[in-house]
Amino acid sequence: MTDTTNPLSVQDLTVAWHRKPVIWDVQFDVAPGQLVGIIGPNGAGKSTLLKAIMDLVPKTSGRIEVFGAPWKKNRHRVGYVPQRESVDWDFPVSVLDVVTMGLYGRIGWFRPVRKKHREAAQRALERVGIGALAHRQISQLSGGQQQRTFLARALVQEADLYLMDEPFAAVDAATEQAIVEILREMRTAGKTALVIHHDLHTVADYFDSVVLLNMRVVAQGPTGIVFTKENLERTYGGRLTLLEEATEAMRRRERSL
Amino acid sequence: MNILSQWDWSYDGMIVLAGVLCAIAASLPGNFLVLRRISLLGDAVSHAVLPGLAAAFLITHSRSGVAVLVGAVAAGLLTAVLTEWIRDTGKVDEGASMGVVFTTLFALGLVMIVQAADSVDLDPGCVLYGVLEATPLDTVAFGTFEIPRVVIVLGSVVVMNAVFVSLFFKELLISSFDPGLATSEGFSARVLHYLLMILVAITAVASFEAAGNILVVAMFIVPPATAVLLTTRLSHMIVLSAGLAAASAVLGHLSALTIPALFGFRSTSTAGMMTLCSGLIFLVAALFSPQTGMIVTWIRRQRLAMRILSEDMIALLFRLEERLPKQSVQIDTLAQGLLTSRLRTRISVARQKFRGYLLVSADGVCLTETGRIAAAAVVRSHRLWESYLVTEGIDAELIHRQAEKLEHFTDRSLRDRLQKQGSKSEIDPHGSPIPEETDRQTTQE
Repeated sequence: MTDTTNPLSVQDLTVAWHRKPVIWDVQFDVAPGQLVGIIGPNGAGKSTLLKAIMDLVPKTSGRIEVFGAPWKKNRHRVGYVPQRESVDWDFPVSVLDVVTMGLYGRIGWFRPVRKKHREAAQRALERVGIGALAHRQISQLSGGQQQRTFLARALVQEADLYLMDEPFAAVDAATEQAIVEILREMRTAGKTALVIHHDLHTVADYFDSVVLLNMRVVAQGPTGIVFTKENLERTYGGRLTLLEEATEAMRRRERSL
Repeated sequence: MNILSQWDWSYDGMIVLAGVLCAIAASLPGNFLVLRRISLLGDAVSHAVLPGLAAAFLITHSRSGVAVLVGAVAAGLLTAVLTEWIRDTGKVDEGASMGVVFTTLFALGLVMIVQAADSVDLDPGCVLYGVLEATPLDTVAFGTFEIPRVVIVLGSVVVMNAVFVSLFFKELLISSFDPGLATSEGFSARVLHYLLMILVAITAVASFEAAGNILVVAMFIVPPATAVLLTTRLSHMIVLSAGLAAASAVLGHLSALTIPALFGFRSTSTAGMMTLCSGLIFLVAALFSPQTGMIVTWIRRQRLAMRILSEDMIALLFRLEERLPKQSVQIDTLAQGLLTSRLRTRISVARQKFRGYLLVSADGVCLTETGRIAAAAVVRSHRLWESYLVTEGIDAELIHRQAEKLEHFTDRSLRDRLQKQGSKSEIDPHGSPIPEETDRQTTQE
C-alpha cells in the first residue's frame, strides 16, 4: 500500500471524568508500518487513550485523525482488541461466533452471517493456532486461548491500524510468541499496531517505537532513543507529579463546596 | 382432577393462550436483559411505565390506543436515561440508581391513577396482579370467531418482539457481548440498549392489563435465566426460553385450577401460579442442569475429593515406606494421618485395591508395585514443587501447603519442566530425596 498518511494522529487530547483528568494534553503521531508500545503504570490512562481514539469515551478536548480523517470516516480501517477481562467469558457463544464478530462491521446492519464469513473466521483461528477449538463454548478456553480468539477476531477485521489493550496480559509463553509473530507479520504487510504493554523486559524486543504515558506523554519516539532508564523513572516515578497534586486539589475543592 | 373435566376451550383455552403469549413476548427481549446483566431494568421499566400510562389516561380519557403506547415508551426510556444519569453523577451503583428511579416513577404513577380513578375506570390492583381470568370476557369479532382483545394485543407484541430479535440478532449479540467492539464497528451499543428498552416498555404495557406486573417481570428474567443454564448457544437459548415461558404458562393455569382444589379451595390467581411455575422450573434446571447443575457439580467435587484423598493416601504410604520398607498400615492409622473419616478412608482403600494399587491383609494395607510407581509420581510432584517454590522466593513455611494442592494437578510434562526450572537438587527443601521419574511414560506427548 502506498498510503503515506499517518495511521493515527492524536492532538491535544484531554479526557476527564468528573472533572478529574484521566489523560491530559496527549499528543503524538504514529507512522505507518510500525509496532508502537504504550507503556505506563496502572491508572496512567492507557486504556482510556485507546477508548478516546475510538470515541468510546467522551473527549474533553482534542482531535483524533485516523488516516488523515476523523475516526468515524475511517473506522472500518481500525481493528480493536479490548482487554480480555472486559467481556463475560460465560456468554453462550462459540469461539467461531466471537471471531465472526470481527466481520459484523463489514456485513452491515440486518444482514445475516454467511458461510464465507464463517470460513474466514475459521482461517483466522487456524492462523492463531486454535482452529480445532472453533466450536467450543468460550467458557472452556484457557487465558491464552481467549487471547488468541481475540487476536483471530482482529485478524478477520483486516484493518490497517490495530489498537490492542494488553494482549500479552497473563498469557502463556507459547501464546505470547504467537502474538509477537502475528504482530510482525502485520508489520511486514504494512499494518500499524498500537499496543498497551506491561512487561518492560520485552519492550525493546517487540516495539519499533514507544509512547511513555502517565496521564500525559512523558516521552515518545523510537524505542532505541526514548526507552531509557531516565524516561522510565519519570514515567513510573513514585512521587506524585505536580500535575497530579493539582488534580487532587481540584477534586477536593469540588467536593468540599 | 375432576375440575379439569370442566375445561372449556373458549374460556380456559383463551386464558392459557393469553398467558403463553405474554410469557413468550417477555422472554424474547428478556434474554438480552439477562445476558447484559441488567435483568432488573426489565423490572424497573415494567413498574415505571405506570406514570406514562396514567398520563395517557388523563389526557385522552381512554384506556387503549396509541396514546397509551407512546406514554409507556416515553416512561420506559425515561427510566433508562435517568438510571444512567443517576449512576454517573450520583456515584451510586446501577442497582441503587435503578431502585431510586423506578420506585419514584411507580409511586408517581400510582398517585396519578388514584387521581384519575374518578374519570377513568382503572384499578391499581389490577395493574399489579392482572386479571388473566377476565381474558375471555372482552372479545373482538373476527369473522365467525370471537377473539379476546388481549390475545390480539399480546399476539402482536410476540410478533413484534420475534421480528426484532431475529432482525437484530447479530447486532444484539455483539453489543451484549462486547459493547466496545460493537460501537467501534458502527453498531452503537447505546442505540441498541434504548431500542431494547422501548421493546421492554411496550411488552410491559401490553401485558399490564391482562397478566399484571408480576407475570411480565418474571417472564423477562426467569425463562432466560433458566435457558442460559441449559445451553451454550444464544440462538438455542432464545428458543428454549420462549418454550420454557410457554410451558410455565400452561402448567401455571393447570396448577391454578387443580392444586387449590386438592385442598378444597377455589382456584387461585392464574398469573401468580404461572410465575410460580417458572420459578420452580428454574429451580429444577439449577439442580439438574447437566453442565452447571448443583447435583452434577456436587458429584464432580466429590469425585475430585476422592481422587485427591486416594493420591494423598498412596503418597502417605510411600513416605512411611521411605522410613521402613514394606510395612502395612492399619486403616485407622491411615484415617488419622489423612485427617479424614474412617468411612472415606475405607472407600478410598477399596477403590485403590480395585485399581491394583493396594494390597489389603490382616496387618493392614500396603502398596503394590504399581501403587508404588503411582505414589512416587505424586511425591515427586510434591517435592519438585517445593524446590521450585523455594527458588521463586516463597517462604519455606508456606511451600508445603502449596505443594500439597499442586501435586494433584501435575502431570509428567509439567514435572519435567519443574525439574528444569527448579533447583536441580535431588533433595527437596525439607531434606527428603526427590523420587526418580519411573520411565513408564514417555516425555513427549
